[in-house]
Amino acid sequence: MAELTKELSQVKGDKPADPGKDVRVHPNPEPPGKRPLDVPTGTPTVIVDDLHIVYRVYGAASEAEKGNAVNALTRILRRQGRPQMKEVHAVKGVTFVAYHGDAIGIVGRNGSGKSTLLRAIAGLLPPHKGAVYTDGQPSLLGVNAALMRELTGERNIVLGCYAMGMTPAEVKEKYQEIVDFSGIDEFVQLPMSTYSSGMGARLRFAISSAKTHDVLLIDEALATGDREFRKKSEERIRQIRESAGTVFLVAHDLRVIEQTCNRVIWLHKGKIKMDGDPKEVIAAYNKG
Amino acid sequence: MSQPESAVADAQAGGRSGQEPLAKLAKRYGLRRAIARPRFPVYLRLLWQRRHFILTYATSRNVTKYSSSALGQLWQVLTPLLNAGIYFVMFGVILGGGKDIDNYPAFLLTGMFIFTYTQRTVTAGAKSISGNLSMIRALHFPRASLPLAYTIQELQQLAISMGVLLVLVAATGEWPTWYWLMIPVVLLLQTLFNVGAGLVVARMGAQMRDLNQLLPFITRTWLYASGVFFSIQAKVVGAAGLPQWVADLMYLNPAASYIEWMREILIPSYNTAYGHHPPTMVLVSCVFWAVFALGFGFWYFWRSEERYGRG
Repeated sequence: MAELTKELSQVKGDKPADPGKDVRVHPNPEPPGKRPLDVPTGTPTVIVDDLHIVYRVYGAASEAEKGNAVNALTRILRRQGRPQMKEVHAVKGVTFVAYHGDAIGIVGRNGSGKSTLLRAIAGLLPPHKGAVYTDGQPSLLGVNAALMRELTGERNIVLGCYAMGMTPAEVKEKYQEIVDFSGIDEFVQLPMSTYSSGMGARLRFAISSAKTHDVLLIDEALATGDREFRKKSEERIRQIRESAGTVFLVAHDLRVIEQTCNRVIWLHKGKIKMDGDPKEVIAAYNKG
Repeated sequence: MSQPESAVADAQAGGRSGQEPLAKLAKRYGLRRAIARPRFPVYLRLLWQRRHFILTYATSRNVTKYSSSALGQLWQVLTPLLNAGIYFVMFGVILGGGKDIDNYPAFLLTGMFIFTYTQRTVTAGAKSISGNLSMIRALHFPRASLPLAYTIQELQQLAISMGVLLVLVAATGEWPTWYWLMIPVVLLLQTLFNVGAGLVVARMGAQMRDLNQLLPFITRTWLYASGVFFSIQAKVVGAAGLPQWVADLMYLNPAASYIEWMREILIPSYNTAYGHHPPTMVLVSCVFWAVFALGFGFWYFWRSEERYGRG
């Protein structure tokens, strides 16, 4: 359940840029295909082919039902099966091709399947139907789940680097860079639970951006910490984007998407509603 | 290049006409499925590359485990000690279970500590996937790293509780012999079995949420069937009058086998008392379970590798 609430809070965190206007179903279901279809340099790096993702969500069990062996047995006898389990069809038949050098922004309302789509591209969620083909191993920018609050910053850096698949030599090499970039100085010796939320966010961002990727998926990693650090992290994101082949960006700040992306996909209720030039798509998205 | 063009056009129109041009396009550019399960030998190699992560993760979990309690790491010693005390009072003093066994405290402690190792690994393993979904949905690594890390965490705990056990056993009058050199061998075999069992329950726990609720039943039944509080030979054949093959069958239970062998090592008076010395059958059972569980566990877990993220 903890994962689910985290998931939900994450989804709740992103608002459309203009919350005043409710986004409604676009009257024209056939979006204009503005993009040059097969540009000479266009080597596909990510192909999403009629992708369907189905999540399993478990209903909340009451405190009394947990952990007690006797209750477990009676529940099994009574209901003959699982507790309330629902299936959520989060992505319903998404198809697109991303090319080398693309920076693709993904916009959509809360719960439109943006984060789910990124996870499927990263190969972390199995498709219910359809397939995702990729060149190399796409990675999500984010290492939060592997870190432990009770550990010191020092140990968390090592743990996070290993979790991203670094070798001990790489960890040694990157360690100082991470500490310097995060700017937490002597706090690195203290448990992360003693950090302020800004410091924690800085350290997490510093760890997760320490690795280079072929295909990079960024899920609202921007805009953490104070203004100085935000500048630093935007700069870092730009560097990452330049070294990565293809970047996907989910962000609630439409300005960031317009600035950094050369293509925007608008997801609505798990389907692509529009796909094309950032200006046009964002304009249509704002209009609803 | 006409085929991919139409594919993209189709894609942007939101519908798909024709057959599978995108799969062909992917093949032409050498793209692979994002979530393909690697072949088994490749999988094992990937897992080996993650050994630093597995070790660090296990150690970190051990470090943080008692961080909120005042006595901290001292609980790693206190927990097995308290357990031993309770079981001795309960089964040795009150129920009088040890009347026909020479050194009952040593007998009980050995059984309890060895069984606890397997029991804790299985219980932890069942939660290793279902309790780490957020990590599985955010990072790439061979998923078997998690049940492995949990087993290693229990192994690190065992190192401490084994020290406690040896001190206690020596305190009951069983002095170390050369045979004690076999202790690491038994523990190694048991660890291999635990790794395999942990992998199996990890997959089962990921797919059947109710396993975590049922496990207390299963492990308790297992505890009683493994002869932790009593001698299987004496109770089943001696007291109940059942045929010998029933006792033999019970000794084939992996937990009973490891307990039995460890008792043979630690308590010299034990192996002469019941005449099953040397316990060839027990030795064979220990080795068989280690090899079988390890092989089957990895294979069984790997078969579902790409599906663990779904929850």
